[in-house]
Amino acid sequence: MAPRHLMRLDLIFKDEHDVAPLVRQTLARGRDDIVNELIASGLKGRGGAGFPTGLKWKLTADAPGDEKYVICNADEGEPGTFKDREILMRVPEKVLAGMAVCAKVIGARQGFIYLRGEYRFLRAQLQQVIDGFHAVLDEAGLPFRIEIFMGSGAYICGEESALFESMEGQRGEPRNKPPYPTQCGFRNAPTVINNVETLAHTYSIFKYGAEKFRDLGVQDSRGSKVFSVSGDTPVPGIYELEFGMTLQRFVEDFGDGDTKAVQVGGASGFCVPRKRFERTIIGYQGKLTGTSLPTGGSMMLFNSSRSMYNVLHNYLEFFVEESCGQCTPCRVGTQQLLRGIEGVKRGELSSATLDALLDLAETMRLTAKCGLGQSVANSFASIVENFREEMIY
Amino acid sequence: MPHTVNCQIDHLSVNIQPGATILEAARSIHIQIPTLCYHSDLCVAGNCRLCMVEQVGADRLLPACATPVTEGMEILTNSQKVRHARKVMLELLMSEHRSDCTHCYKNGRCELQNLASEYLVQDGRFIDLVPFKNYTIDDLSPSIIKDDAKCIRCQRCVRTCAEIQAVSALAVAHKGAEMKISTFFDLPMAEVVCTNCGQCVTHCPTGALVEKNYIDAVWQAMDDDARHVVVQTAPAVRIALGEALGLEPGQIVTGKMVAALRRLGFDSVLDTDFSADLTIIEEGHELLQRLREVIRDKNPQVKLPMTTSCSPGWIKFLEHLYPDLLPHLSTAKSPQQMFGALAKTYYARRIGMDAKNMVSVSVMPCTAKKFEAARPEMCASGFRDVDYVLTTRELAMMIRQAGIDFLSLPDDEFDSIMGQSSGAGVIFGATGGVMEAALRTVYEVVTGREVPFDGLNIVPVRGLEQVKEAALTISSPLPEWGFLDGVTLKTCVVHGLAGAREVMKKVADGSCDYHFIEIMACPGGCLGGGGQPMPVSDHVREMRARAIYRDDAGKAIRKSHENPDVVKLYEDFLKEPLGHLSHQLLHTHYVARKRY
Ligand SMILES: Cc1cc2nc3c(=O)[nH]c(=O)nc-3n(C[C@H](O)[C@H](O)[C@H](O)COP(=O)(O)O)c2cc1C
Ligand code: SF4
Ligand code: FES
Repeated sequence: MAPRHLMRLDLIFKDEHDVAPLVRQTLARGRDDIVNELIASGLKGRGGAGFPTGLKWKLTADAPGDEKYVICNADEGEPGTFKDREILMRVPEKVLAGMAVCAKVIGARQGFIYLRGEYRFLRAQLQQVIDGFHAVLDEAGLPFRIEIFMGSGAYICGEESALFESMEGQRGEPRNKPPYPTQCGFRNAPTVINNVETLAHTYSIFKYGAEKFRDLGVQDSRGSKVFSVSGDTPVPGIYELEFGMTLQRFVEDFGDGDTKAVQVGGASGFCVPRKRFERTIIGYQGKLTGTSLPTGGSMMLFNSSRSMYNVLHNYLEFFVEESCGQCTPCRVGTQQLLRGIEGVKRGELSSATLDALLDLAETMRLTAKCGLGQSVANSFASIVENFREEMIY
Repeated sequence: MPHTVNCQIDHLSVNIQPGATILEAARSIHIQIPTLCYHSDLCVAGNCRLCMVEQVGADRLLPACATPVTEGMEILTNSQKVRHARKVMLELLMSEHRSDCTHCYKNGRCELQNLASEYLVQDGRFIDLVPFKNYTIDDLSPSIIKDDAKCIRCQRCVRTCAEIQAVSALAVAHKGAEMKISTFFDLPMAEVVCTNCGQCVTHCPTGALVEKNYIDAVWQAMDDDARHVVVQTAPAVRIALGEALGLEPGQIVTGKMVAALRRLGFDSVLDTDFSADLTIIEEGHELLQRLREVIRDKNPQVKLPMTTSCSPGWIKFLEHLYPDLLPHLSTAKSPQQMFGALAKTYYARRIGMDAKNMVSVSVMPCTAKKFEAARPEMCASGFRDVDYVLTTRELAMMIRQAGIDFLSLPDDEFDSIMGQSSGAGVIFGATGGVMEAALRTVYEVVTGREVPFDGLNIVPVRGLEQVKEAALTISSPLPEWGFLDGVTLKTCVVHGLAGAREVMKKVADGSCDYHFIEIMACPGGCLGGGGQPMPVSDHVREMRARAIYRDDAGKAIRKSHENPDVVKLYEDFLKEPLGHLSHQLLHTHYVARKRY
């Protein structure tokens, strides 16, 4: 069954046979020209936080320092996300092209792809593409090299500053911010770190122009997005769709007719119940009408046979294990949330405990050191508030 | 770039240098923000999240310790949002922590407990997580007890071990709920590179890392009428003990300390300063002997630079990490162990006591001394030379237990025979002190003249700088030392093992030409030892150092070789430095250890 309403796009995965000439052509452009085009395109990061990519490059280009780095974040650890793998398998040269242009803009000589430990099987193939790409760079006269750095399987190492620590041989623990990577990243040098998909999009922008990209999507959420669709759906897989659709339209295309909730953005995202599908728009949190959601592109559909208690329990177990463990709210808070819902479910704790736990989750959001601990409240609050009875009975 | 940044904290204006944190800005106007993972000795971690403050207009709270102030920032440190977050942080920490405070060694001196009482943390909002964990207590080390159930994961110990000591015996292992402070392969502290310096103990806010205490054993020894209990007290104890008993840092309480020790029931109250002077004689002559063998005799077997050997943490560090460099270590025992060996031989004979009925106790600023006393080499008297080592903190506890009103005690004096000391012995307690004391003696032995520094104060080796250097050119020596004429004696003083590592790297690759290096494991020297009262900071160490130098300046005798008890010891017993008896009692050897 193919999606009916939603227009599927074919930008990212489109076979392009002109990577080398495009890279040469783009590298010949001025830095400001490139950055301005990226800014005009409205491209935002596809790794989760949604930071404007053009601005990130500009800040790093302007940061003082002789040594700078470009890092492609291919740690793809968010539960329910598997699109970066697909991009690296099918169109890796677009990602490399994005890195090279970024290197030119910011003045980096070295780039890295931080590859998720579980994606080791991609390594040899990717290395071959990189080797070929280096020849293109040599021709273009850009002194830039790309290396693969293997992750070891910790979710937290996808967080940019933990990723730097991990690459430097330290424990993968997030750093204090500020300073931000644009000023002080890998080896304390100004660093651009972008998601695989973000980099691939820059290729399309350089090829087709900012205008074309901007035409797609809505307001704060421009362009297309690669979604990883999983759960109770007859058509699981990877889909490139335009931003700005309602969840209702999405479920009509991808649901099995009995969808009761969709978890948007993985374990650290939000759970939207059926009654909210119509009012929910998929895009970055901004000034859209109705609720909008940040998205790394994971869409997990649940039908009425699923226990939302089990879903939440599963997410919390994930956080209890994948928290780096350094900060109090996240390390201890996640354990309290997990033990707390277990106690309520078993009837050992009163249902009012859920309110105390909601308060805790909110305090975690306000106090945790990094995005992991800060976003536990997303799934926790959205599941507990919308499916309270399922938590108790 | 503006020279200062303006911001508002709790509606008060603050002007502070760029780069300052919110915490520093708040403290500059006397606003206290609670902290746990923050320590002025260490890099900022920002992990306990207790110092969270509100920035007007911002959604999330900010860690005051880790956030630089920016122009125009408006900070609230006591808003409803902040108070709530603080309380939740404390409650979360308590839920993970075995909170049986009444049974805890740190009861009353625990930062977590103090904060919990300050913020009226009540039990019960959160589930007690301790029963779900598999906590164990590691008490196999003679010096340090590690109880993971009391750990709040602030990583102060980890940063201490890495930054101050460059040892990293303690490190973070695992992640998430399993995250813990661990050792190599989670082996007991006694089996890893731990130097027993105890800096982790003085930097731990809770009871997770404490010294192994020997208080009851010492009470028991004193209760036994058949035993004669001798106590010695290290130079750095008398200038810090007061802090644990209600005084400001930097007070010299020698007289009250002696009185208290007598009141506690020690039979002989003696002074490690005496054996510090003795150490200078032995170590100084060893240095001269090495200089003679290297410079005059060109003996390739003999190693220079010679390094001091009075800091047992430093010794174990070298044994583990640079076993090849052990020949550089002076063979002279530390003052504690010289004292112990003499107590059960020379002193026992002088007072007509059978050494087997003697118990020898020392009070030290140090936890590594507990390990040192237990080393198998340290039985030169035929018995264990030092039976029990108490830290300054333990002594303070005993004084309180005994109901002694310390501050109202009249001053008292050490017993004779091994109770006199010179100012040179006193300054052993500060970084640079051994060097200064040694130079005062060595220079005079070689030239017959006093060391050419105003008032005998060798200022270049004093102070809290990590690595200090001093050079002293010898001219017109006595005939016996003619080979030293014109030789510039190059010395180096290091405190903290991170600094020691840097200097030893240079020794190893031959890129330095020092003759003599003083190394103390702890920052500031013994005055900043792992057995000293808490809290500790550069300010506290500075105050203690000043007290030490004040004490020295006030002494009638300032040079070790003029200590009458030491002179008499050589006349009556040892005969000469580096002599037969000295070798038997006062010198030792070292063992190469593995890194794990
Ligand atoms: C816990 C955690 C895990 C993350 N994992 C990833 C990841 O696997 N891949 C990724 O691109 N970004 C991840 N991020 C976001 C990165 O920190 C960073 O914002 C992103 O790589 C920036 O790239 P972008 O601007 O292109 O989105 C994670 C963030 C957090 C807090
Ligand atoms: S929020 Fe969680 S993952 Fe992030 S620093 Fe704190 S403990 Fe580590
Ligand atoms: S004191 Fe600031 S986070 Fe711990």
